[in-house]
Amino acid sequence: MAEKKKINLNRVPISKQEPLARGKNFNEVALGYTEEQALEEATRCLECPKPLCKNGCPVNVDIPEFIKAICDQDMPEAVRILKSKNSLPGICGRVCPQETQCEMTCALAKKGAPIAIGRLERYVADWERAHPEVTERQKERIKLNGKGIVVVGSGPAGLTCAASLAKLGYEVTILEALHVAGGVLMYGIPEFRLPKHIVQAEVDYVKSLGVEAKLDQVIGKIATVDELLGNGYNAAFLAPGAGAPMFLNLEGENLSGVYSANEFLTRTNLMKAYLFPEYDTPIKVGRRVAVVGGGNVAMDASRCALRLGAEEVYIIYRRSRAEMPARAEERDNAEEEGVIFRLLTNPKRFIGDEQGKVTGVELYEMELGEPDASGRRRPIAKPDSEFIMEIDVAISALGTRPNPIIPSTTKGLELTRFGTIKTDELTGRTSKNGVWCGGDMATGAATVISAMGAGKRAAADIDAYFKG
Amino acid sequence: MYKIVKREVLVPNIIHIKIEAPEIARKVKPGQFVILRVDETGERFPMSLADWDRNGGTIDIAFYVFGKSTRKLASLREGDYVMNLVGPLGNATEIELYGNVLCACGCFGCGPTIPLARALKEKGNRIVSVMEARSRSFLFWQDRLEEVSDELHITIGDGSYGRKWWTNDFIGEYLKDGNKVDRIFAHGCPFMMMECSKASKPFGVKTMVSLTSIMVDGTGMCGCCRVSVGGETKFTCVDGPEFDGHGIDWELLINRQRTYLDEETRSSDLWERENWHKMVEYSKA
Repeated sequence: MAEKKKINLNRVPISKQEPLARGKNFNEVALGYTEEQALEEATRCLECPKPLCKNGCPVNVDIPEFIKAICDQDMPEAVRILKSKNSLPGICGRVCPQETQCEMTCALAKKGAPIAIGRLERYVADWERAHPEVTERQKERIKLNGKGIVVVGSGPAGLTCAASLAKLGYEVTILEALHVAGGVLMYGIPEFRLPKHIVQAEVDYVKSLGVEAKLDQVIGKIATVDELLGNGYNAAFLAPGAGAPMFLNLEGENLSGVYSANEFLTRTNLMKAYLFPEYDTPIKVGRRVAVVGGGNVAMDASRCALRLGAEEVYIIYRRSRAEMPARAEERDNAEEEGVIFRLLTNPKRFIGDEQGKVTGVELYEMELGEPDASGRRRPIAKPDSEFIMEIDVAISALGTRPNPIIPSTTKGLELTRFGTIKTDELTGRTSKNGVWCGGDMATGAATVISAMGAGKRAAADIDAYFKG
Repeated sequence: MYKIVKREVLVPNIIHIKIEAPEIARKVKPGQFVILRVDETGERFPMSLADWDRNGGTIDIAFYVFGKSTRKLASLREGDYVMNLVGPLGNATEIELYGNVLCACGCFGCGPTIPLARALKEKGNRIVSVMEARSRSFLFWQDRLEEVSDELHITIGDGSYGRKWWTNDFIGEYLKDGNKVDRIFAHGCPFMMMECSKASKPFGVKTMVSLTSIMVDGTGMCGCCRVSVGGETKFTCVDGPEFDGHGIDWELLINRQRTYLDEETRSSDLWERENWHKMVEYSKA
């Protein structure tokens, strides 16, 4: 047993682009650890005999082991350990909310300085991408077992499930509705938080395991789930994402210049509207932008709007800072870059000109009352507090509801009252034989890593099902 | 990549292409649409299908050239490829036995009306079709529409073929004359469909129009294509593309359709400046 280590509470910070400079470009904000920084941070790990960090990870990464390999400067081993549990570490290292998962259960969290597990994970993944020959050498020859599995959707749940099944010898085909694989990692999360070449590299890794990815396939339209199962696939894993954006049902919400965050982010990230007119997809930004909502998507949308050239970007949120669902890091990043928070404020209606373009939003002030069903204090409108804010673009970031295309075209699939597919949390099984489900379609909007966890559990259950 | 196996200029600025897409051709039903992306830098845009060949594995699109994306598409030749083609999207038209059906069409709406009229006729409906064009020289596929109709009427806006009138004038007069019509379908630009809906409204004849508003993903994920129908917000891509024309907020629809007019003009002009040789070429048959 290693001798007891000295506690070091100096968490190594990650370098970032300067706030004012980065608010004007789409390059990645966080720059990642150098070798020295990674080593310094890794050696802080206490190597607890009973590590709690692992319990906090939805895909059970062997965290102390890969950190130990970094300390030993055995990077190929760190890669091997990490990749044996997590097929997409470059993504998780960037977008996982570690502060509520592995880093929250780290022994040093109580002292306020948990090991920066996410940053180390990112470091290992980035090292691997720079040394492709290492993974190539590590790849085991996979013996195919003759079973074909179809995975609907190539987001975090779909990619993880596909990779896990491929490693077990299944022939996996991913069907993706859009023109690139990656789902929300491509269309939703912005370039400056998750560079698209990293997503592409992770997708390429999954493909290198023998997974076939077919693009432009809207399941429920080009083929139904029943047709896929009748056409030689032994099982289906459904991970189409949550999809449909919610609106407030306010007056003026369909004026031109009022976007859903999904649309605004898709135009920006997937269609590369920030490179218009080199890329053909346009986007409206104007001078003043109001983003309604307080979650991560609202932060992403507001930060994109800044980078697209808006002079003033406002977050309109009906509760206070403490209730904001966004990660603290993303909220701080947005604020540092110059996004202005109008808390305890709620929109009443959107105002347009004679051409049907949005020109303003009428807002009213809120105050917090008793806690509601979510445990957060309920916002209540203050009487006669209305005021008008002039804007050129409004973005509604209020969450999503399940996309109805697959549920409405698949026979015998039980749904929940929220319209999600009824799914066993531990196994991913649905009410339909041979059909598993995971990701936002099973849980409603959640995180990348929880979708990956679901993909992984479903893969294990599919394997158990076929092995009897 | 999807190969263009046939291309022809139907009339100035309206081009017909046939694309290899066996899976879509096998599945598609009247009323559905596809989304295209011409090349790596291209935008995603919806197009109604003018026809398809299930055995031959091809789909047909007849489109009007008016922006950068359609210019790019128009500049492709037989043997070239479009990068992405997604479909069939949207809901199929309800092909029922209505009785007397009036199919009105103009411009790029003439294409999709042909498979629609054919399916309605096969179901046993009596089809009266009316096709409009700005000028006689802009008429195309009237013979193909006639084949699947019991009656075909032509309305020409500039008077180069009989009187000066449009499909909406025909609808108004036809209904006023007491002709029994159980259902109207209108396909064309938003303005044309709005006028047709206005013409039929006083007579209470349900008028279905097909909207291809601005879309990105086409699967209900972005909400860009939303329209207001009967006071309710609907997504054209998953709730449509067909809606009751009498319930549509046309002003809102046309305004939203014009959202990117400035950007589109700018981007189209830039493209044209660099690709003028293609522009000269494409109008040749």
